[in-house]
Amino acid sequence: MMTANTEIAVDSASGLPEDADQLTAKLRHAAVAALPPERLMPDRQPAYVASWIYVFGVLTLAALAVVIATGLVLAIFGPSWWHVSTVGLFVNSLHLWSVEVFFFAMVVHLWGKFFMAAWRGRRRATWITGVVSFVVSIGAAFTGYLSQQNFDSQWIATQAKDGINSTGAGAIFNVTNFGQMLMWHIVLLPMVVVLLVAGHVLLVRLRGVVPPFAPSKSPAPESDPVPSAEEIPTGDGG
Amino acid sequence: MPTFPAIMSQLFGSLINLHGPGHYIHWGFIQISVANLVLIGLMVVVFFAAILIPFRRHGGRG
Repeated sequence: MMTANTEIAVDSASGLPEDADQLTAKLRHAAVAALPPERLMPDRQPAYVASWIYVFGVLTLAALAVVIATGLVLAIFGPSWWHVSTVGLFVNSLHLWSVEVFFFAMVVHLWGKFFMAAWRGRRRATWITGVVSFVVSIGAAFTGYLSQQNFDSQWIATQAKDGINSTGAGAIFNVTNFGQMLMWHIVLLPMVVVLLVAGHVLLVRLRGVVPPFAPSKSPAPESDPVPSAEEIPTGDGG
Repeated sequence: MPTFPAIMSQLFGSLINLHGPGHYIHWGFIQISVANLVLIGLMVVVFFAAILIPFRRHGGRG
């Protein structure tokens, strides 16, 4: 038997009719309409996704998760820990090598998507957010190398300052200023990368994974529509 | 008795000697370190392997 409390809870999930004009209800309906749960977290992928080349996007995401997790640990204990302690050195190395994996996987992902022309079928925004994520990630990695506090970082900083100064940006972006570079590395750039990657993944879910080229010689039309769930051939997809 | 980190550093140090300056290749105005060139080569190999190696599909309805 359903109690009065349960009834209210069930009704609240879809919203009461008299609350339809509220901002929360409007935002919820807009969010669910834009990103329905079945599209956001699908059970199955199209059959053409069953290829190793489609693995490198999620491999990039996994590496990014390790980068952020190890970066958080480094932030908790600080430089005196990661420079001296054995565990600190290990976590510092994990942070570096997960960045290496991140860029390795991202470049292979980029090549795969470039040769698939992954901007087809209203996927321009997906492509552009991916490209901008790549560019901002280079900045995040660069400021990370500047934050190493060793001779390597000093060498990189003194070499880079001339290049940065030649662009005119040196007045506000001083690569020899350790404090500024560390803040860019641990606050500003990670925030931008995570927001861009989140937007990129949401767009992938919204627009779907780009299908391969048709076997015919004629290129796919620019107005290639996003296939609906019924049109996409299903496979296990991995 | 050597510690675990000492054993590991000896093991990996024997594979790749990271002491000393890096090796660079010069080709006209192009200059690239051997390490970066090897990494780019690995990415190309992995890229073609990802296209050519069949993806194992688990038993499904298809």
